[in-house]
Amino acid sequence: MTVETTELTLPSRIESVEGAAVLIARVLGSSGVSEEVAFAVDIAVREAVTNAILHGNKQDESKAVHVTARTFANSMEITVADEGEGFDPANVPNPTESENILKTSGRGIFFIRTFMNDVEWVVRPGGGTTVKMMKSFLKDDR
Amino acid sequence: MAELNIKERTAGDITVLDMDGRITIGEGSVALRSAIRRLLEENKNKILLNLSGVSYIDSSGIGELVSSYTAIGKESGQLKLLHLTDKLRDLLAITKLLTVFDVYEGESEALNSFK
Repeated sequence: MTVETTELTLPSRIESVEGAAVLIARVLGSSGVSEEVAFAVDIAVREAVTNAILHGNKQDESKAVHVTARTFANSMEITVADEGEGFDPANVPNPTESENILKTSGRGIFFIRTFMNDVEWVVRPGGGTTVKMMKSFLKDDR
Repeated sequence: MAELNIKERTAGDITVLDMDGRITIGEGSVALRSAIRRLLEENKNKILLNLSGVSYIDSSGIGELVSSYTAIGKESGQLKLLHLTDKLRDLLAITKLLTVFDVYEGESEALNSFK
């Protein structure tokens, strides 16, 4: 059962990260989730929107970032879509491997994968990448 | 109010940066980068970051900590971290950076660890 669907379209500038995080926090606040879940979703959303702005839309303000949040009884699904040229997360090296540990970037996707239960990146045929993330509110799923 | 406020003090030849706020992409990361660059230009290369007031850090902020660590290391200096919050400790643990950074719970112990 879908409890709530929220959509937001943001300009491709760094300040939009906070806007997305505030929206998701508001949605989560009405779901009464634990602080642990709220933190996990917050960091995943911030990283996904940051990636969409920097690496997807390359801060081109003529392109937008689209955020959708769907809250279910025991979970939340969030999509973040950019209008860039497409992105393959497989090309991002694991930042915890010893040869990558001192790299200054590449941890955003790692955080998304770590803090969310299910994550999928889809390169859309018409252009752009959508990351679809699911977080369970059930303790046993974390 | 700035996203990240940084107050500087010294203990002998060690510079302590008391940080308050958020180290995230944009203003917070830039503030940290600017502070470290300025200290290195002033030949201050023993730096202790007091992170007790840092409420949030993202992957960009962690990248900036790594960048600071390597920049100071190139100048034969040392960067150490003090008073990690639980969340920051968790993030450094899952990224395996706790094995890289020298982390302290007490300021005296941290200051005495500099060579």
